[in-house]
Amino acid sequence: MKSFLRYCLAALLIFGISALYGCASKQENKTVIINIWHWMTDRQAAFKELAARYEAKTGVKVNFELYAPSDAYTQKVRAAAQGNNLPDIFGVLAEKKDFASFIKAGHILDLTPYMDAVDGKWRSSFFAKALAVNEFPEGNSYGIKPGVYGAPIDITTIQMVYNKGLFKELGLNPDNPPSIFDELLKIGRKIKANNMQGLVSGWAEVWMIDCLANNYAFNIMGEEKVLDTLRGKVSYNDPDWVKVFSVFKEMRDSGVLASGIVTMINKTAEQLFANGKAVFAFNGSWCVNVYKGMNPDLEYAAMLPPKASDKYPMAIWGGAGSSFMVNARSQNKEETVKFLKWFTDKEQQAYLSGVTQNIPANKDCLGSIPGTLAQFADDMELTTHPNIWGIWEFPVVTEALDKGIQSIIIGEKSPEQVASEVAKIKEREMAKKKN
Amino acid sequence: MKLKAVLENYVFVLPAVIIFSIFYIIPFVWVFQLGLYEWDGILPTKLFVGINNFKEIVFEDPAWWGSLWNAGYITLIALTFQNALAFLLAWACDREIRMKNFYRMVFFIPPVLSEIVVGMVWRFIINDIDGANIINRMLAGMGFPDLVHNWLSDPETALTMVALVHSWKGFGWGFLIFLAGLQTIPHELYEASRVDGANARESFKKITIPLMIPVMVLVAILTVLGSMQVFELILGLVGGEFAGHTSVPALRILASMRVSSRFGYACAQGISFGLILVIISFIQYRFSHKARQASN
Amino acid sequence: MKTAVYYKTKKITINALIHIFLLTMVVVCVFPLLWMVFSSFKTQETIFRDASLIPREFHFENYCLAWQQGGFGRYFLNSILYTASVVIGIIIVSSLAAYAFSRFRFPGRKILFIIFMAAMMIPVPGSFVALYVLLNKLHLRDTPFGYILCMISVGLSTSIFLLKTFFDKMPRELEDAARIDGCSKLGIWWHVALPLARPVLAVVVVFNALNVWNEYILALIIFDSRKFMPLQVALQTFRGEFVTNYPLLMAGLTITALPIILVYLLMQKYIVKGVTSGAVFG
Repeated sequence: MKSFLRYCLAALLIFGISALYGCASKQENKTVIINIWHWMTDRQAAFKELAARYEAKTGVKVNFELYAPSDAYTQKVRAAAQGNNLPDIFGVLAEKKDFASFIKAGHILDLTPYMDAVDGKWRSSFFAKALAVNEFPEGNSYGIKPGVYGAPIDITTIQMVYNKGLFKELGLNPDNPPSIFDELLKIGRKIKANNMQGLVSGWAEVWMIDCLANNYAFNIMGEEKVLDTLRGKVSYNDPDWVKVFSVFKEMRDSGVLASGIVTMINKTAEQLFANGKAVFAFNGSWCVNVYKGMNPDLEYAAMLPPKASDKYPMAIWGGAGSSFMVNARSQNKEETVKFLKWFTDKEQQAYLSGVTQNIPANKDCLGSIPGTLAQFADDMELTTHPNIWGIWEFPVVTEALDKGIQSIIIGEKSPEQVASEVAKIKEREMAKKKN
Repeated sequence: MKLKAVLENYVFVLPAVIIFSIFYIIPFVWVFQLGLYEWDGILPTKLFVGINNFKEIVFEDPAWWGSLWNAGYITLIALTFQNALAFLLAWACDREIRMKNFYRMVFFIPPVLSEIVVGMVWRFIINDIDGANIINRMLAGMGFPDLVHNWLSDPETALTMVALVHSWKGFGWGFLIFLAGLQTIPHELYEASRVDGANARESFKKITIPLMIPVMVLVAILTVLGSMQVFELILGLVGGEFAGHTSVPALRILASMRVSSRFGYACAQGISFGLILVIISFIQYRFSHKARQASN
Repeated sequence: MKTAVYYKTKKITINALIHIFLLTMVVVCVFPLLWMVFSSFKTQETIFRDASLIPREFHFENYCLAWQQGGFGRYFLNSILYTASVVIGIIIVSSLAAYAFSRFRFPGRKILFIIFMAAMMIPVPGSFVALYVLLNKLHLRDTPFGYILCMISVGLSTSIFLLKTFFDKMPRELEDAARIDGCSKLGIWWHVALPLARPVLAVVVVFNALNVWNEYILALIIFDSRKFMPLQVALQTFRGEFVTNYPLLMAGLTITALPIILVYLLMQKYIVKGVTSGAVFG
């Protein structure tokens, strides 16, 4: 019995300590502290280094807090928004529609005046396309006051890469990747015959499927028609859309897709490509850093998804990879913006780009980035992104489209079937919106 | 004096009731309320839509029903295969046998691990290109090269693999409860039936099974509650919903919350799901009540 | 006589068959775990080539590296603190309630119990946002105390259920004797009922310890300060960084799984006793 009493005393003690633990953290502090929340596991070390430099320079303490995985981070930011507990700087990590909701709820500071100050010095330091992701233009359909609501800290483009060594093994010219779709299919048949794995990508997380489908949609029917589809003026039953879906069927039939691609998470895909087990990968420009970490000797190069049509140019997704937003309720707004300005300045951007192998958002330091990464950066003119279109697709429709493509890849449904299913859901949502 | 005694009784339940009301009932009511709104989880304003969310779940959301079906399939395998295995093991352990304690100890280790860890480790063991491909190697080694294929990314086998790994993780609980149940059966009963000339099979049928029915029902209830709510295992093992083939209600709810930002709808889904679970548990409970009355 | 020999051989064969069956299951149970542990001793280069279960050479440095890279030290302590506090809290709160539900008659007893039981079955998705707002209002957000209270409420229903069924079956003689000796109700609960309930308490401990130890999403949402985070949150970050470095990842997984396996091994003697004593059958 005595021992039990002792246990309970210990329990009370622990309770007491933990309560004190909680109180002790709320200390008043005179120096300015800027708190930043982010989800980028691969960049925490570089961020911390920059924070130390800033503190040494200005005496302002900057705290980078990392919360991973990104799914949970998204939840955390939303919960924090409900209690008005967002930090000075954070990333919303969401679609533009949700970004707009954050602005409407008064969580995000309009950066336009700072961007335009001193003849738009800050604004003009960024790539226009990177900034566009955080911009709400005049007359946008989100109902947001026009302006810039976030600063991009790097740029991501999503395209294909190929393994040069495996190209040689297949008897292909390692400096001449396929540029038209039929060539890709031909290589696919060769890959199959040689019992190798073709294209790997994280297609278990559906958004990367969405991305490639969009690329081909732009290539096959052009931007206007894609946007008209979102507006509800063009049906997903349109032959052009069926052609987009067929791209995936043909890829599957030729054998260019690695086995099990529909249950692959992107980290797995990256590992397979880095270890030379796959010929192609469809991945974002962050992969340069990832591949370097996994296998520094890997010989590979970037390429555009091969064109399936000559009518329109190939488009790839790109723009701001990650962006930081300033909390409109921050106690230290001016200090925070000042830090963000410094953070996106040429020198810091060059440092980040060098250490983390991401394309900088600041165009003044593009000259200093390494080889393969520069290839990704070169294709910036071809980029587009749903966030800059000004209109958005219903999430359920996007989901049906992505899942439909997954079904095509595992051979359950035909492109026509998927097209009509997606079209049906789109019609339903349009009807609902009207009511 | 009497009042004091009553108040004293309440002192016992008060801490539980307070903690429970604040940290369970309030969120529950809040979630229930939100089920009646269209809300993206961010905006300060919510749009009241009445029972529209529930209508949409019932009439316009085949993916939701598909996910319920999948969860039902996992549960069915857990109820049959997993529990039969657990029962057999418990039955085998419930005798004078060497290393009894060792077996007991080992069988309960899988339930201790977290779902994500189990999913990741098994993926690593099963999967062909990013794993060790153990199953296929064994099949090829035993002379069945035709059966070799991608177990986790074939729509025909993915869900079954999920169910089997789930059973692997879960059978320890059933084993433990069955074992305990078997040990409460007095040995005299077996002795008596042997004297009456019954063989082992007969006494198993006449004594073990009837006395174990309430225990089986309890295990069944726990299995259903555990299996219907599995999702982290799926994320670790298959990476996601796999074109709907491995989607379960919990994953659908998460998708509504994170991907389509429909917090209100997600809450409505959660409420409907909870309702289904309560109904199933209630039916099982009634069944167990009847079974117990019958066995008495 | 044929029969004696016959029965003896039959018994031996049956026993052998049973052992074979059980040992097969032991292998199936332990194999993934051994795989995890042994993989953690391999290197990134050998893990895919070295298909044998037992690595040719053991790389213990993976553990040091994982421990340092994950910064597990502090989070380890936090997790132990949370697990211990929640488990002790649940034991006290739920055994008080379960005892009252089992022994006392008071208005509202039945309905209260039914509400608790219903809660055992209904999951509340998205409740963490509500919990967040709630803790914020109570000024308990980003405090260990708030987290502990939330986690106590999670395990409460099941624990009350287990304890109540146990108390229902427990003979009352000892309590009656204590009452005659002039012991108060609280005194009887403390001095008589709780010590007798030790076996079922073992079940409650393991069940709840598992829950708390493996929880991370609520912790990540309500804690802003890194210093309060439990081990599983650190493991999630670690996973994000090293998901492709299998040996290191496996080392991290092993480190985080080990303590809970230890708790179970320490408790397992009592668990079977607890379950056997009728704790879980109504």
